[in-house]
Amino acid sequence: MFYREAGQFYTSYAKDQGIFQLRQDKYGLWGILFIAFIVIPVGLYLLVQGGLMAASTKDYLYNSIFLLLLVNSMAALGLNILTGYCGQISLGTAGFMGVGAFAAYKFSTGMNYRNQHEDDAGELVSQLVPMLPPIDNPLILMILAGAVTSVVGVIFGLPSLRIKGFYLAVATLAAQFFLVWCFSRVEWLYDYVSSSTIQVPPMKLFGLVVTGSETVMRDGQQVTIYPAAETKYLICLATVVFFAFVAKNMVRGRIGRAWMAIRDMDIAAQLIGIRPLATKLLAFAVSSFFCGVAGAMLFIFYLGALEGAEAFNINESFAVLFMVIIGGLGSITGAFLGAAFITLIPIFLVIFFPWLGGQFGIPVSTALVEHIQFMIFGALIIIFLIMEPLGLARLWQIGKERLRQWPFPY
Amino acid sequence: MRLKGLTLGLAAAVAATGIAAPAVQAADSQYFPLLTYRTGPYAPNGIPFANGTIDYFNYVNLKHGGVNGVKLVWEECETAYNTKKGVECFERLKGKGATVVYPNSTGITYKLIPNAPKDKVVILSSGYGRTDASDGRVFPWVFTAPTTYWSQASAFIKYIGAQEGGMDKLKGKKIALIYHNSAYGKEPIRTLNLLARKLGYKLTTLAVNHPGQEQKATWLQIRRDRPDWILLWGWGVMNQVAIKEAINTGFNLERMIGVWWSGAETDVVPSGAAAKGYKAGTFHAAGGDFPLFHDIKKVVYGAGKGFKDGEKYIGQVLWNRGILTGVITTEAMRNAQKKFGVKRVNGDQMRWGFENLNLTESRLAELGLKGFTKGIKITCADHEGNGPVLIQQWDGKKWNIISDFISPMQEVVRPLIEKSAAAYAKANKITPRKC
Repeated sequence: MFYREAGQFYTSYAKDQGIFQLRQDKYGLWGILFIAFIVIPVGLYLLVQGGLMAASTKDYLYNSIFLLLLVNSMAALGLNILTGYCGQISLGTAGFMGVGAFAAYKFSTGMNYRNQHEDDAGELVSQLVPMLPPIDNPLILMILAGAVTSVVGVIFGLPSLRIKGFYLAVATLAAQFFLVWCFSRVEWLYDYVSSSTIQVPPMKLFGLVVTGSETVMRDGQQVTIYPAAETKYLICLATVVFFAFVAKNMVRGRIGRAWMAIRDMDIAAQLIGIRPLATKLLAFAVSSFFCGVAGAMLFIFYLGALEGAEAFNINESFAVLFMVIIGGLGSITGAFLGAAFITLIPIFLVIFFPWLGGQFGIPVSTALVEHIQFMIFGALIIIFLIMEPLGLARLWQIGKERLRQWPFPY
Repeated sequence: MRLKGLTLGLAAAVAATGIAAPAVQAADSQYFPLLTYRTGPYAPNGIPFANGTIDYFNYVNLKHGGVNGVKLVWEECETAYNTKKGVECFERLKGKGATVVYPNSTGITYKLIPNAPKDKVVILSSGYGRTDASDGRVFPWVFTAPTTYWSQASAFIKYIGAQEGGMDKLKGKKIALIYHNSAYGKEPIRTLNLLARKLGYKLTTLAVNHPGQEQKATWLQIRRDRPDWILLWGWGVMNQVAIKEAINTGFNLERMIGVWWSGAETDVVPSGAAAKGYKAGTFHAAGGDFPLFHDIKKVVYGAGKGFKDGEKYIGQVLWNRGILTGVITTEAMRNAQKKFGVKRVNGDQMRWGFENLNLTESRLAELGLKGFTKGIKITCADHEGNGPVLIQQWDGKKWNIISDFISPMQEVVRPLIEKSAAAYAKANKITPRKC
């Protein structure tokens, strides 16, 4: 009843080619965007103002949940293009995200290199010399990070022309390890600091503090302004929404069809005139671009300071791959659903069990919660994959189908 | 329809949990978020450390009814030594009235530092974290007392110099650093390099990747290079493996010194008596023979308020370190209460309490910790205190202190700290305070 296409006619070519052909889909999307852009920020603001929610809870929701969700969605989108649409399994996602993060860092600090020499007294003098003017606009940084990552992605994508399937997975695994090795060993990447930790410099966008802090004089008093959680959230949200539209339009056009042809049968694709070299490398480039943006977002907005080897280890690569598989291979919606599942369920379980124990007066130790969380999360993944191997996106599709037929499913 | 039930159940559960209601806090209690790790590859180290602090808080509550009548309440959150998890924990707990946090991981410390002035939460990273944060002018909210990695590295070189019969004897000696390939493990390299230039020893650095089981290549190199001394900057299972490998290689363990995170019972017990002679740094005494510890046994464990199977940790190195964290915190809190005439202390007051902490040896004796550590005096500029380091040695059964307090080479370390902190201030547009 709710999803009937009856009565909706396409009267122009533009309408026939629209992303969302059903009115319900279109309104649904606008609704979701409205909630994300307006209802959440305004609602939370009002809740805090009205004293119904602590300001720290609001910050927690933004900083620990929404931001992480957006970053993971972005990474899942990227991997979905490569694995879901083009059929190339990659285990190097975290490495590519790391490239994005480090690229953002290097551009934001001006691509410093070290000039080291001994002075007259024989003491070692070293100073950092910038090669470029530092960039302090997070949007430009994210684009640059994406661009650098796509170059790296293409280089590591080259073997995909010769090797397929699991063997390619192993090759991308090599990329993962090599990149992480670079993050901890190539001193230039982290400006030669002793701890190999990179830290985001203060940045502003449209006059708002985005990272770091700013001290200003106000009414003759020094006031330090810290970035508002809402600012970070809205910037990330806008970025993710923009790239989701880009991805959606790419995959339903000529490029996406070529990717899917390669995925489904590369020899057949070759026969109908699709060049595997260009197509696969384009998939690697676009996918890495997205992952790079995700890495830059993780670094600039979510963590602020990170250590490459820890933040981008192999487990992160697996997590993103799981997001894509659970969400649904070859589905843009699936990337978001998968990211939500993998990000939110563990946090929920960790909060839920102590609360549940508290209701019955049973103290639950944090170690126990962690172990239970692992078990339940693992079980949930298996249950989902058995019940719906095509992922959450397929469930959503079935749901739509049911809504269409409801209440008369015949 | 199964799915529908599942969805509804989940939705109901989410609604019921109601993520976190505004915290209501009684005026006579002080809340502490504890980021601990009892799972994951570093759990054997995390458990005694966490237990130590909690046992002490418990003890203060049971014995004295809290700090000047203010009950200590706390909440643990499992980080598994993972930065993202730790950050989530801190964000979730900080709103409940947190004034101090122990990040318990270098990664989490780095992440929390920039926001500390905004959150108004003191970061106490005793003997870990970001060394240059000891400069209180740039990092007013971070405390590294009683000592830091750079201090420790210089103290080790001092100790090695003394063993070799003078600092001039270090010339031409080969020292190998085996380190955990992470921010933590890399901390001492700069100091050691600088001292190598000064004193003329040859430093070889050998990285071991997380979690640290794989060290064959590292020890092959040791066999080839035959260093005179080995410094071990490991954590968790990496320590056990390194000590075992050292034994297999036939390296004289008397000439192998671990960082204070490589010198706990869990690190040496797997090798048992064979690990005899292995040395490690520390900043407090080992063993359980202190009046306070006997009292904790009686008051906390005697009343059945301790951890299940927790009594065995009493007197272990990391448990003792947890105690020290608890003692520094409660003493700083006491300090703040006295100065501001309040019961519960807020973030700013707590910071003052830390910054003006003078934990004298006579006060330590009053607490039942005579000789446990050297007095700790924190000042506005120096958040490290005096940073003395001890060397302890494993005798096959327990750790024994074998050195006097070694003062680090402050003349070398402090300028490094100030330089590094100044660079941080410049990059982050912070105007250092006047002290």
